[in-house]
Amino acid sequence: MRKLWQDAMRSFGSIGIIFILLSVGGWLIFMIILPQLIMLDISLRPLLPLRKLGGPEDVYTLKNYILLFTTPLHRAVFLKTIWSAGIVTGVALGICYPISFYLAKVAKGARLGYIMMGLIIPYWINELLRIFAWQLILADAGVLNQFLMFLRIITEPINYRAGNGAVIMGMAYAYILFMVFPLYNAMESLDRNQIDAARDLGSSWMRIHRRIVIPHAKPGIAVGCIMTFMLAAGSIAAPQLLGSPSSFWFTQVIYTNFECANWNQGAAYAIVLAVLCLVFVMIMLKIFKVGLKELAK
Amino acid sequence: MKSNTVLQVVTGGYLILFFVFLFLPLIFMGIVAFNTSSIPQVTPWQGFTFKWFGKLFADSDMWRSLLNSFIVAFFVVPISVSIGTGATLLLTRLQFKARSGLYAILVSPILAPGIILGISTFLFWDKAFHLSGGIWTAVMGQSTFISGYCMLLIMARAQRFDRTQEDAAFDLGATHRQVFWKITLPFLKPALLSAAALAFMQSFENYNTTLFAIGFDQTLPIYIGTKLRQFISPAMNALAMIFITLTVTGAVVYEVVRRREASKK
Repeated sequence: MRKLWQDAMRSFGSIGIIFILLSVGGWLIFMIILPQLIMLDISLRPLLPLRKLGGPEDVYTLKNYILLFTTPLHRAVFLKTIWSAGIVTGVALGICYPISFYLAKVAKGARLGYIMMGLIIPYWINELLRIFAWQLILADAGVLNQFLMFLRIITEPINYRAGNGAVIMGMAYAYILFMVFPLYNAMESLDRNQIDAARDLGSSWMRIHRRIVIPHAKPGIAVGCIMTFMLAAGSIAAPQLLGSPSSFWFTQVIYTNFECANWNQGAAYAIVLAVLCLVFVMIMLKIFKVGLKELAK
Repeated sequence: MKSNTVLQVVTGGYLILFFVFLFLPLIFMGIVAFNTSSIPQVTPWQGFTFKWFGKLFADSDMWRSLLNSFIVAFFVVPISVSIGTGATLLLTRLQFKARSGLYAILVSPILAPGIILGISTFLFWDKAFHLSGGIWTAVMGQSTFISGYCMLLIMARAQRFDRTQEDAAFDLGATHRQVFWKITLPFLKPALLSAAALAFMQSFENYNTTLFAIGFDQTLPIYIGTKLRQFISPAMNALAMIFITLTVTGAVVYEVVRRREASKK
């Protein structure tokens, strides 16, 4: 401890130490830890009218959490959100793997620059507007129905927004960049010679990817999947704009709780969502055997 | 040779499909902004018009929420860049036991869904300080995770820093202040600038965290969300068209500048 203090004094001086303590300490305590603890506290208390707060009924209870499993609708929506977010992650990985590989190992010079720019431009447009663009395509009188009817493939418009398909599509579209860049960063550091050597020795491209590219890109795959899953499970814009009553999302349940001023239950469900994402992070880090440090790339 | 051509065709086809997928929705969105039809749709085409831009500009809610977005970002950028710098100095310069644990906690807001940060920020300021949701809570909620992004960006550069430069300066009698302003800061400057740009973009774009943190106030994304859910009008397409135009112009200018720089060398 003494040594740490000496090190700190030597590197930063007293003003430096005060700056670090204020900035990092403020962040850690007032923005990360205390808000989470307060939310946990609220989630463990029952919803009471103002005059009963602090009274004999204001005791800790798991009621708000149990309700998630005893309300069939909430339970179903929760489970659906998990697997739908999983599908979004899988679809995004499938779409992004080839483009990331192409960018990292095939494209060169000006072309690489143009493709990068092409990837980044859509992301400077607000997430809500990107999702709204899919509403124009998938609506009853939208582009896709009009086009199919024009080709006489269908005679009646199809309601694409009835199931989860539209929401999943919109999310895969909106969050693609968060998959491309981690993959690209990981693949970029792969030595091109390894691929050439494997090819010269007669490996099929499938085998090259399975044995060389994918193992090398593991950290990127893990980070990309974590980000995409988290964004999808926590997305509220996509289900709000592209969803129908039958494609209710868990975030919407949470939102409804806050709209009805039931903060206690909203807080409990928010914590369940946070734990879900935490578990997903752990699983991914474990499967791909990577550490949190990889995020820094 | 033959399998090579097949591979090239497949790659080319995939690239085309990928970018059609990426840009076609945006192109449709742009077209709708100029269609006279009062329902936002591409077909039937009812004639070219600029009236949706007029509608958008006449909406005082839009201007107010735009102003709020700038106010929020005005606070978020310096807060997040300072915190990111402080955390970088702490984590890269000092060796202590809890370092990796602290790092995990500090990056956790990036890995958590935005709505959770919004909810916890809102509840915290309400319960602890009786401050209900507004601009301030939006600033706090956004800074919680944007600071994390800034930290990662600044740290990536700080790790390449050659500390002997600082040691040399200290040996020659420089004060901490001199070393920071003359050596550390100039070295970190490019990372600080990109962190500031990223922080601004993230703040300006943010919907999830802000939606819960801001209470009854509105930033531009909250305004867009409300409009798109309530009463859909092509005015939102006009807004999107403005975003697209600004972005593409920015990209072209950036490319031109980059080429000019490159040709100088």
